[in-house]
Amino acid sequence: MRVFVVTVLVSLLSWAAQAGEYNLTVDRVTIDAGEFTKQGIGYNGSSPGPVLRFKEGEEVTINVTNNLDVSTSIHWHGLILPFQMDGVPGISYDGIAPGETFTYRFPIVQSGTYWFHSHSGFQEPEGAFGAIIIEPEGREPFRFDREYVVQLTDKHPHTGDRILRNLKMSADYYNRQQQTVGDFFADAQSQGFWSALQDRLMWGDMRMMKADIEDVQGFVGMINGKSPEQNWTGLFEPGERIRLRFINSSAMTYFDVRIPGLEMTVVEADGNYVQPVSVDEFRIGVAETYDVIVRPREDRAYTIFAESMGRSGYARGTLATAEGMTAEVPELRPAPLLTMADMGGHSGMDHSGMAMGDMDMAAMESDGMSGTDGAMAMDHGSMNGDMSGQMGGSMAMDHAAMGHAMPEADDNPFYADGSGLIPEAANGGRFLAYTDLRAQRPLYEDREPTREIELRLTGNMERYIWSINGVKYEDAEPIRLQYGERVRFKFVNETMMTHPMHLHGMWSILDVGQDKWNPIKHVISVAPATTVYMETEVDAPGEWAFHCHLSYHAASGMFRKVIVEGGPDSVADGDAEAVDGQEGEA
Amino acid sequence: MIRQMAATSWLALLMAAPLATAQAAVSEQEDTQSARYFWGVQFEEFEYRYSDDDEELGVWKADAFYGTDEFKLRWLSNGEYAIEEQAYEQLENQLVGQMPVSDFFDVKAGVRIDTPEGPDRTYAVLGVTGLAPQWFEVDANLYVSKDGDTSAELDAEYELLITNYWILVASLDATVAFSEDREIGVGKGLVSTETGLKLGYDLIDRSFSPYFGVVHERKYGDTADFAEAGGGSTEDWFAVVGARLSF
Repeated sequence: MRVFVVTVLVSLLSWAAQAGEYNLTVDRVTIDAGEFTKQGIGYNGSSPGPVLRFKEGEEVTINVTNNLDVSTSIHWHGLILPFQMDGVPGISYDGIAPGETFTYRFPIVQSGTYWFHSHSGFQEPEGAFGAIIIEPEGREPFRFDREYVVQLTDKHPHTGDRILRNLKMSADYYNRQQQTVGDFFADAQSQGFWSALQDRLMWGDMRMMKADIEDVQGFVGMINGKSPEQNWTGLFEPGERIRLRFINSSAMTYFDVRIPGLEMTVVEADGNYVQPVSVDEFRIGVAETYDVIVRPREDRAYTIFAESMGRSGYARGTLATAEGMTAEVPELRPAPLLTMADMGGHSGMDHSGMAMGDMDMAAMESDGMSGTDGAMAMDHGSMNGDMSGQMGGSMAMDHAAMGHAMPEADDNPFYADGSGLIPEAANGGRFLAYTDLRAQRPLYEDREPTREIELRLTGNMERYIWSINGVKYEDAEPIRLQYGERVRFKFVNETMMTHPMHLHGMWSILDVGQDKWNPIKHVISVAPATTVYMETEVDAPGEWAFHCHLSYHAASGMFRKVIVEGGPDSVADGDAEAVDGQEGEA
Repeated sequence: MIRQMAATSWLALLMAAPLATAQAAVSEQEDTQSARYFWGVQFEEFEYRYSDDDEELGVWKADAFYGTDEFKLRWLSNGEYAIEEQAYEQLENQLVGQMPVSDFFDVKAGVRIDTPEGPDRTYAVLGVTGLAPQWFEVDANLYVSKDGDTSAELDAEYELLITNYWILVASLDATVAFSEDREIGVGKGLVSTETGLKLGYDLIDRSFSPYFGVVHERKYGDTADFAEAGGGSTEDWFAVVGARLSF
């Protein structure tokens, strides 16, 4: 008997050690972005919210109290958990009503860098996000002496509702990088008047803009809630290895990140270890995370410089040996421009008539399109017929033909050949590419996918409507998957924007051609006019969200519900019950 | 009196509509994936005109909408107020439903009610509006009056970006009548054109953009003859100063 009591006590103690309880309040907060101050939403009184530190293997209980006058929610981005705990209103649950406290309870089955954010309205762009660090059960496959979260965001003075409303009224509302009369004359001088004119006429004919890289400009890039002037600073001792946990919590902005003077060794992508790769710069898509190790040996300051992909803004922080030290802040590099290669799949172009196989898109761009009269004829007649607001018919294109005809760049197949978005390191060094990512510890056995699902990323920039396969969320049937299958998703980006696609609840294994070493991610960035594959082991029953993580694209319809059918009864009946059961044991 | 009421009531409605719908927009969207209803109010022209015969006009061209990607209800209002005469030379309000028919074009249908100084008119409206190749904003409308008089109006606009903030707007508005409506001075054929060239600066986002420029108005054919017979002018040059507004 005594033995029994002792055993129970010991097990209770060990349970207590393994069960973390956390409290979060969702509050209205004031956000000081330096250039402006705005009302926003934060957690425990600040934005970003606190860094939540979990341990792999623990059972977490998180009490979320909604102090707002509107409903809210928290999604644990990248965490593998029962779907009722995933925090997506309209899919996982009803959200958290004003004044209500919702208790999340789920086991932590992974380690790494993640984040959490509201999945209600535009609360995330308004500041409702924070970081998650999960310590692994075992040893990390690399050493570090200290660590910092570097959480990036693009703080905009306008509210999310207003931004989307403005974009719907005029898709170029925030674009202040458009080509001007001056640019035309500059081009005319460099490439000749006729070729500059022809170039303008081609783009004008499509009613597309080369400068259409960032929909929402006018933001202040921030690191851990600090503007460039407020200069977030992380301290170090020379010679230390510092682990920087980069999280891109932006609503809309990709960042190109570098720390002049330091090489960065990428050790983790989207929470999963990757085989270490040393780079000078990397591009972090919206909602992605990258962990890098840096080892500053000098007693000086280093600037963490994160330029937006379209160069309309930047975030800046500092690594220094003493508070107040700063290093030089680089100038923004010139804004890139899209090329015809990035238009590869644009709606309204009749590709069958384009004879793309014979054309070198990059060369075409540089010689100003001369001599392309016949080949580039675009069939606009096909657009005028059957649009009926759904964007269905006119988007039909012969993808097979396009896929074969478009040779991909040898060095980086994740951009269209000749794309204007292909990044280059500021110092001429190495820029991280998806092809550099190799899983360190594959989570699944490599096997043939059971089937392929094609998802065409579609949209109408002028109307600011975004969709998948030409259908918006509100009109779409859910994607149905069977528990136990391995699905190969084929993303075909027919738009000229870059879309960070995020599947909830299950891992996205990005096909970089390395089979079992393909990296395991939760966000897959799909550049304009590219086709990207990812595979998913369907091992999580329930209903999940699958969407573009650009806030205003998700809200405009580039979003799907995924239903995983079948699966073990104990799980399928609802993990809430399983959780209750464990609670009973405790 | 009625005219004044009409003028003030549309203004009041313009102000009230956003307030009502703004509340709706907040409460309706409780998730991230289904923003559905949108609204907007814009004054493409809100200006003072001074003519070469010393005539002074207050002119606006405004529209407000509420709706979804698939269907919008749009109110368009257009007026010219002669400051000295204290009279509306033109006062035109349209209420139309609008829906997409192609990637870049919408169709719209509804009613137009004209209540200027002089006889009133009510028309049925059928129109197409959108963005033509090479970035021309186009708005074409067909009107049929209660008495069966038909007319058409074509509005085209081009924005030339001197810089990303200094924008030169060229516009052309032409009206053609397919039958005569003598009472309101409209002759058959090309009725009138209004051509404008305005240089604006986006001072506060795109919501407040002051501009200045010139506008040329001309009447043609029988319409010009009717105007001359009535002692009016057939051609006017205006210097204008005003602002584009959007909320």
